[in-house]
Amino acid sequence: MRIVVDTGNHIAAKAVQMARVDVVAAYPITPQTTIVERIAEYVEKGEFHGDYICVESEHSAMSACIGASAVGARTFTATSSHGLLLMHEMLHWAALARLPIVMANVNRAIGPGWNIWSDQNDSISQRDTGWIQFYCSSNQEIFDTIIQAFKLGEHEKVQLPVMVNYDGFILSHTSLPVKIPEQEEIDEFLPKRKIKWKLDINNPITHGNIIMPNDYPKIRRAMQEAHENAHGIIKEISREWEERFGIYHGELLELYKCDDVDYVLLSMGALGAESKVAVDEMRKKGRKIGLARVRVLRPFPKKEVIELARHSDLIVIDRNISVGMEGALFTEIKASLYGEVDAKVYGYIAGLGGKDVTFKDISKMCERVMDGKYGGYMIFDVEG
Amino acid sequence: MGERKLVEIRFHGRGGQGAVTAANILAGAALRDGNKGVQAFPFFGAERRGAPIRAFARISDEEINLRSEIYNPDMVIVLDESIMEIANVLEGLKEGGAIVINTTKSCSDYDFPKKLTVATVDATGIAIKNDLLVGGIPVVNTPILGAIPKVLDKVTLESIEEEIRERWKGELGERNARAAREAYEKTEVMR
Repeated sequence: MRIVVDTGNHIAAKAVQMARVDVVAAYPITPQTTIVERIAEYVEKGEFHGDYICVESEHSAMSACIGASAVGARTFTATSSHGLLLMHEMLHWAALARLPIVMANVNRAIGPGWNIWSDQNDSISQRDTGWIQFYCSSNQEIFDTIIQAFKLGEHEKVQLPVMVNYDGFILSHTSLPVKIPEQEEIDEFLPKRKIKWKLDINNPITHGNIIMPNDYPKIRRAMQEAHENAHGIIKEISREWEERFGIYHGELLELYKCDDVDYVLLSMGALGAESKVAVDEMRKKGRKIGLARVRVLRPFPKKEVIELARHSDLIVIDRNISVGMEGALFTEIKASLYGEVDAKVYGYIAGLGGKDVTFKDISKMCERVMDGKYGGYMIFDVEG
Repeated sequence: MGERKLVEIRFHGRGGQGAVTAANILAGAALRDGNKGVQAFPFFGAERRGAPIRAFARISDEEINLRSEIYNPDMVIVLDESIMEIANVLEGLKEGGAIVINTTKSCSDYDFPKKLTVATVDATGIAIKNDLLVGGIPVVNTPILGAIPKVLDKVTLESIEEEIRERWKGELGERNARAAREAYEKTEVMR
């Protein structure tokens, strides 16, 4: 195990190399570009064993990944923002075809106005495609999650694509220390992909053909079951990683100082790391508050959120907005609790379009709730 | 400035001078020196050659969970003296902090409205002397890094040299490391 200091994007490329990916098909877009540039450098230097397919758009990138994965290849792509949106049709296809493609999505705002900075609206709007979704808060977590994502997606009880999200610039272009295991250790953790079925010219089958109304609900049911299975397998994989490498980022939630608290703060991505600093500061002032960083949005950690709400009220900060309603995480959490437990849930939106959110901002939002001055749901950056 | 648990650093330079690389080398060197938390990041946005740019680093004894920007640095590094005419390099700099300037001037030539440790070094001259030129422009980022251990206990010159040698193998790395050492020896500090 060695420690390197590098950007989230370079670390993502390292994970792809060490996962022994067979096929990468990708198209550059800020702030993702340095992932595919680095992978291309590996190819040029002969340090990448797989094939790199240059494509003319993100829609083609995902289509190429679908083809590659369907013939049994371990497949990766990376994108961001408008690139992810252009993939939308094929994201559904990849999930319904049950292909364990792994994608890094560097969270970036949607335009217009043109904005290249961190915002989760790109991935939130792909929530219903059937992909498993992770949100990372450090470069170490990016490395570990990409490797784990292959194991998870390729698991025989899952067979689903996995999206590993992290904040544009805040992680993609920020250098942080990352522990990198030896290649043999990664190989032991992540053996070659086991294939349940594949497209094979020597053994022709068809896949994805017309399916009549009587049967279609069954494939949706099977996907739902696969997500339910993934819920448990994510936990197993997190623990296995900890046993092997001594690194633990939590399971579907990362709980930080959540024992004996009146309030739990929930957030995703880099906001979840900054929130730890906010929790430390608030606890110094005697506030009984902890943090549950949501690592996985799909499958949603419903049971875990209900457990938290049995003992505390919840404060949610979203870096996204489902316009006309509220932040997505806020909605999901309230929906999880309905009919189960009667906790109060308070929501804020902060950090859209890369607006900086400091631990002081986070403390201010939480303290307003704890002091009985919540004042209703709002976009913190605008209404302060 | 070794007694501070977390040190936040802002680099001012011009696009192409290697401020972002300097921040990264500093973070790598700080990790070698046993600081568990290190971080380096550019200004989040577009950069153009020659335009004023900023880069940032954090160094701490503990893992760093901060992901927000730096508003009140403990230290400012000025790679290009002419930036000081067009940018307020003192913005947010903490009282009792430090400023490192690439200049042929002496520390006593500066009179800042804050209580600061001032360090000066002719990084441009050292770059030219060591033939560190890219497209005819002196590369000042490696020499100026040599000045930092003079004012910051958290990082040693030896670690900066090692980090430089790892980044540029062979003779180029040696020349850059030599420039850093020369800068270290020639840095003038006024507390």
